[in-house]
Amino acid sequence: MDLLYDTLFNGLAIGSVLVLAALGLAVVFGLMGVINMAHGELMMLGAYTTFVVQNLFKNGPLEGLFPLYILVAIPLAFLVSGLAGLLLEKTVIRRLYGRPLETLLATWGVSLILQQFVRSVSSAFVIGLLVAVALGLVAPRLLPRAWSQRRWAPVLGVVSWVMAGLVGIALASGLGGVRVLDQPWFSARNIDVTAPVWLRGSVDLGAVNMPTARLFIIALTALALVAVHWFLQKSVWGIRIRAVTQNRSMSDCLGIPTETVDALTFLVGSGLAGVAGVAVTLLGSVGPNLGGNYIVDCFMVVVLGGVGKLLGTVVAALGIGVLSYVIGSGSLLLVWPAMPAGLNELITFFATTSMAKVLVFALVVVFLQFRPAGLFPQKGRMVEA
Amino acid sequence: MAKWRTWLPWLLLVAAGLILPAILPPFRLNLLGRFLSLGIVALGIDLIWGFTGMLSLGQGIFFALGGYAVGMHLQLLALPPGELPEFFGLYGVKALPAFWQPFHSPLFTALCIWVLPALVAGVLGYLVFRNRIKGVYFSILTQAALLVFFNFFNGQQKLINGTNGLKTDTARIFGELVGSDSMQRNLFWLTLVLVVAAWALCRWLTRGRFGDALIAIRDDEPRLRFTGYNPTAYKTLVFAIAGAMAGVSGALYTVQSGIVSPQYMAVPFSIEMVIWVAVGGRGTLIGAVLGAVLINYAKSLVSEQLPETWLFIQGGLFLLVVTALPDGLVGWWRQGGPRQIQAMVGWPPLAPTYPGLDLDPAVQAEREALGSTPGGAP
Repeated sequence: MDLLYDTLFNGLAIGSVLVLAALGLAVVFGLMGVINMAHGELMMLGAYTTFVVQNLFKNGPLEGLFPLYILVAIPLAFLVSGLAGLLLEKTVIRRLYGRPLETLLATWGVSLILQQFVRSVSSAFVIGLLVAVALGLVAPRLLPRAWSQRRWAPVLGVVSWVMAGLVGIALASGLGGVRVLDQPWFSARNIDVTAPVWLRGSVDLGAVNMPTARLFIIALTALALVAVHWFLQKSVWGIRIRAVTQNRSMSDCLGIPTETVDALTFLVGSGLAGVAGVAVTLLGSVGPNLGGNYIVDCFMVVVLGGVGKLLGTVVAALGIGVLSYVIGSGSLLLVWPAMPAGLNELITFFATTSMAKVLVFALVVVFLQFRPAGLFPQKGRMVEA
Repeated sequence: MAKWRTWLPWLLLVAAGLILPAILPPFRLNLLGRFLSLGIVALGIDLIWGFTGMLSLGQGIFFALGGYAVGMHLQLLALPPGELPEFFGLYGVKALPAFWQPFHSPLFTALCIWVLPALVAGVLGYLVFRNRIKGVYFSILTQAALLVFFNFFNGQQKLINGTNGLKTDTARIFGELVGSDSMQRNLFWLTLVLVVAAWALCRWLTRGRFGDALIAIRDDEPRLRFTGYNPTAYKTLVFAIAGAMAGVSGALYTVQSGIVSPQYMAVPFSIEMVIWVAVGGRGTLIGAVLGAVLINYAKSLVSEQLPETWLFIQGGLFLLVVTALPDGLVGWWRQGGPRQIQAMVGWPPLAPTYPGLDLDPAVQAEREALGSTPGGAP
């Protein structure tokens, strides 16, 4: 019986990471209908932020505060990922509202760029990038104003950005000759975040042995859930967000700044991805490919839970998390060893992480046959299901 | 003139088929053959995405199924009778798994390459379309299905050699090694013929009533349904056809690259397939093939020189195509893109106004006699 509790607890911990990861996605997808394939990469940014914060606290004046670095990392990761998401919304997604399939492809492109960015980012790279962006932004102001009226103004714009990019690349490769500047910050290898001592122990509850890190993740998830619920239901901006979700044009007429609402929603959703990234670092080493491991699971959670309902997200994520862990660890066999041979074989067949995913996803697809709109579908009558 | 125009592409194609094998080194020819075979899966995606509006992120499933069918057949072909493929020994498998048995037969394999993916696509599509799941939900579900297949093939060492995949180089077809240069040249020709056949099939499908129905599904599915059509049947059928094309493409790709592995079902690869179509021009058949060949050639060139920049370029392409070139290169060309550029940098073309005043020779002559400029100002 202890073993059963142990399995359930571990499944719950895995599931709560999934809740945290899918929560941001549910906010963005459920409220705005935007498919953000770069969500996993925003998680990765959160994880790397944790790594940087940890390194800051490891040596130097802040060394004494090392046990508390994770508490600093959480808001900082929220901020970094949130701002990255905001930038994404302002530059790309804004142009693509109402075209979900295009958004999907564009954000996938962004995710590729972010992945390669953390692999190859170095001081020289950053300097080159900043100079290129600055040049591209400043160039139109330096050119004679009358030129912007000419027929070839669009060509000029493209050319000036290309030139700025070339200057940036030249600068970056020039500075790459300097050893210090050429050193990649993270490189393609996985990074390991050392959890503070108080997160490395475990709490013994007689029957069950609970690692503190996992308890922390569960607590963090619960906190995030409460915060998001409060934000959406009680705060002024949350109410505005829900109003825009329900009827965009009417909200606009009533004076709600819909563009700000969009940006804010995206910021919150992306920030939550950053917090999820912090949680992931506590489970093991993370790398540039972190996002790819989570993104499909997160979307399955959102689809299974039903769009626009936080409760659905929570139930679906916990369900998928617990089920995959229980099946993948094969612990059903340990709990009930005396099983018929056929069933025994079946469970062993699926008792790896990847095979468990095969079974769980197949179950989700079967479930969607009966409830196409997910666990908690939105009420209403529409032609477009 | 018109006759010349219809014949010219075919002449060029035949010329390419005859000349390229002579002038390209075997390695480059093999690459071109591979990319052309990817053009077939791109055509399938164009059919379901460009014409029917369903963005599938799971074409890798069908691609890899076709590849595995041919891979299994060639594994068995390379063996003396009664023996097992080598990798089975590593996992202690003594008897050939039952589902391998029919792949001894070349005929069964040739059927399996396209029938099996079509069946899987048909069943999967029917289950999804029946519930009117569409749009992004369809995309997500196909991606999840892809992950399911990937994990399954990746994890089953004892059945299909798991993550290592199946090699096809060492088998002999008609006494010729599959990996040899002359065999690869034959495969190039086969690919070329099949690409043209696939293109013709797609063209035949998209012209006429069936094609109209597909476009109607893309543009307004409820209205089509209310008109008395059953979109589910059309969507299932076209998804199965795209699956079959992906299977053929995967088989051709496998024999030309010498291996089939679960990496063909990796999530990024299937999304890449979509971007070939997007860059070439969705809704234009030739664009799909062109996009597949161009992007892959660019990829192989860039990866040879600066491997770490390819992801940046690819990501940038995604962004550029979606925001600036929604109809792809071919669509841009057909909608007068070059003329727009020409108009921007000078020499704006004469606007043919109704009733064609600018182009009427009599008006032109009169204008020249008067000595006025086309804009009307003296």
